[in-house]
Amino acid sequence: MLGGLLAAAEGEATGGGDATLNLLITLIVALPMAGFLVTALVGRRLGRQAHWIPVGVVVASWLIAMYVVFQSLTGAEPFGAHGYGFTIWEWIPAGDFVVSVGFFVDNLTACLLIVVTTIGMLVHVYSIGYMGHDPGYWRFFAYLNLFMFSMLLLVLADNFLVVFVAWELVGLCSYLLIGFWYTRRSAALAAKKAFIVNRVGDVGFALGIMLIWVSLGTLDIREVLERIGELDPTVIAAIALLVFCGAVGKSAQFPLHVWLPDAMEGPTPVSALIHAATMVNAGVYLVARTADIYAHVPGVMVVVAAVGIFTAILAASIAMTQTDIKRVLAYSTLSQLGYMFAALGVGAFVAAIFHLMAHGFFKGLLFLDSGSVIHAVHEEQDMRRMGGLSKKIRITYWTMLIGSLAIAGIPPLAGFFSKDEILGEAFKFGFYWVWAIGFVVAGLTAFYMFRLMGMTFWGSFRGPRELWDRIHESPPTMTIPLILLAIPSVLLGLAIGLPLGDSTIKHWLEPVFEEADELLGIGHGEYALFGVDGALILMSVGIATLGLVVAWRLFGVDLGFLRRDPQPERVDAIAQANGLTRFLYRASLNKWWFDELNHLLFIVIGGRAAAALWWFDVRVIDGTVNGIGRFFVDVGGGLRQVQTGRVQNYALGIAVGLLLMAGAYLLIASR
Amino acid sequence: MSNSLDAYLILSAILFSIGTFGFLARRNAISMLMSIELMLNAVNLAIVAFGAFVPDLAGDAAVIALMVMAVAAAEATVGLAIVIAIFRNRRTPLVDEYDSLRR
Repeated sequence: MLGGLLAAAEGEATGGGDATLNLLITLIVALPMAGFLVTALVGRRLGRQAHWIPVGVVVASWLIAMYVVFQSLTGAEPFGAHGYGFTIWEWIPAGDFVVSVGFFVDNLTACLLIVVTTIGMLVHVYSIGYMGHDPGYWRFFAYLNLFMFSMLLLVLADNFLVVFVAWELVGLCSYLLIGFWYTRRSAALAAKKAFIVNRVGDVGFALGIMLIWVSLGTLDIREVLERIGELDPTVIAAIALLVFCGAVGKSAQFPLHVWLPDAMEGPTPVSALIHAATMVNAGVYLVARTADIYAHVPGVMVVVAAVGIFTAILAASIAMTQTDIKRVLAYSTLSQLGYMFAALGVGAFVAAIFHLMAHGFFKGLLFLDSGSVIHAVHEEQDMRRMGGLSKKIRITYWTMLIGSLAIAGIPPLAGFFSKDEILGEAFKFGFYWVWAIGFVVAGLTAFYMFRLMGMTFWGSFRGPRELWDRIHESPPTMTIPLILLAIPSVLLGLAIGLPLGDSTIKHWLEPVFEEADELLGIGHGEYALFGVDGALILMSVGIATLGLVVAWRLFGVDLGFLRRDPQPERVDAIAQANGLTRFLYRASLNKWWFDELNHLLFIVIGGRAAAALWWFDVRVIDGTVNGIGRFFVDVGGGLRQVQTGRVQNYALGIAVGLLLMAGAYLLIASR
Repeated sequence: MSNSLDAYLILSAILFSIGTFGFLARRNAISMLMSIELMLNAVNLAIVAFGAFVPDLAGDAAVIALMVMAVAAAEATVGLAIVIAIFRNRRTPLVDEYDSLRR
């Protein structure tokens, strides 16, 4: 397969492209696939050495990707401002219906490549330590490689059908990895849940692709984006909504958000890579990639913004009371993805991608940290049995503190720049309600993250005494990725988010969203640091600080001069203060009863409906068919009695027959 | 009445009925063959009676009667041969025990 791809890449290059570049871009995708195939075939025999090939190919893929990204972002030939694409293979040449597999790299793809390959590589390294004692070691790395292949194919493909294939492949990998410990019933169920909920969204995406084909006759993304304006606005709206359905499923937005928290049943590196940093971003990427479609239908964009910001506040409110460390992070991921969709919805495409990148790094970091914590306290995930860990696991503690500050939006860390850009643009584009909700969510985010920090790292240890002595820092294969991820969590905003209002990333992504911005009439507004923008920054930093301080007062802090013990009795007092807080507390703890609602709607009511249909099928439809069959069987069985095998019975029949015929003849003849 | 067509036909009908009854009632294969012969001869009697009393049929009736006799002889031969073969196989002449096709 690899050889074929290379040959194809080189063969196509004669058509005017750049052969070396084509080969390199193909290799980014092909290397993880090769790694998957090799590991899947011989991994079992490699035992504890099984990680060398998968990690090697991912590192190689990362190196090549970084080269390509650098070329693209600097606008080197042949990328220019609008990207470079080439075809490697005509996949389905069926008359009018032609699907060609090709790759396309522009600055949007480049941004995604940075996130996917970097975090992918670090998670691979981390897994060497984290999965070290697992009997399924080689299987885990094979799946990770398959995921890398699928995800890279998703961001590089230039055709909707290929994107859809990759879309399903990442879904498959997600399923395989959530259910990695498939002997645990809860893991198997969570995997199934993720797969099924994703299918709901994917149906919409598939219908959207079909509608694109029917109305435009092509599935090539660039061609579709160019020609989408020819269509009737209703059709465009339908396409946009259907594609958004897919994005809602994959990026776990309301109402399809229920699968992501359960997906935490998978190993923690998987949670970090797939369910925080890369796969769940696919929905955001898809909407950003098709921004030109959405720009034609502002009504649909409002839907996108509403779904996004609603998910953001819903998930943030749930994250406030969860006690499982990974679930807090999972709801936090939902909430941040909601931010991204809100940004896309208001037309702040650059801010959405900026937040996607920043979130990828700091959330990947936070998840890997949580894995390191879980590792340290021997597979305990309940924060109520943690506490005081900052004294034992220093590297994990400091990197997680950085991640928490980054997601809380404390300047000058990455989250501050990206979140502030979303809120600022929402305000400036006139979506005050998005801004207002996002503003509240920013406070909640700081609160739940420092609740997590307080419960995990500060105060005193609440687990069993003998465990405390055995807590130890993770091996270097785990801590080095943490440190490497902490660096972009701190510096990403400073590196590409400055100067405010005219940032580097804006310059990168402007050509991609040119068309959409023009359609939406978004110009280059003045950036007023000492005006409205400055005020917005101060407000969002203010509310983040407020959330953080409240969390410190309730759940404790231990930062040198800042020291405060946790106060569980005050938490209870607030939660039980009056009817409203009691209700809110219970709602948050029970995740607003969405699982129960789904259970009622789909298992109970849906089950009844299915049972009724089943009854109809069995009784009426099968009954008719089987009844006809049974009738002839019975008639045949009855007639069988006539054949006695006794000659005289037959002779009697003949005699009686003859008599009857003769009698009838006489009767008729005598008339 | 003693020398009329009706008398012959009535005798023929009686013989045929006896033959039919024998064929239906007897279980012994030999008796059944004999009943068949009786029926054939009853028919033959009817034919020759028609030949004697209907001038137009005089020639034809004799021919048909001879033909029936020949066929009856052949049938009896074949029938007896079959019965003997079955008897050798099943050790019984009773036809209601010849039921292996049914099982």
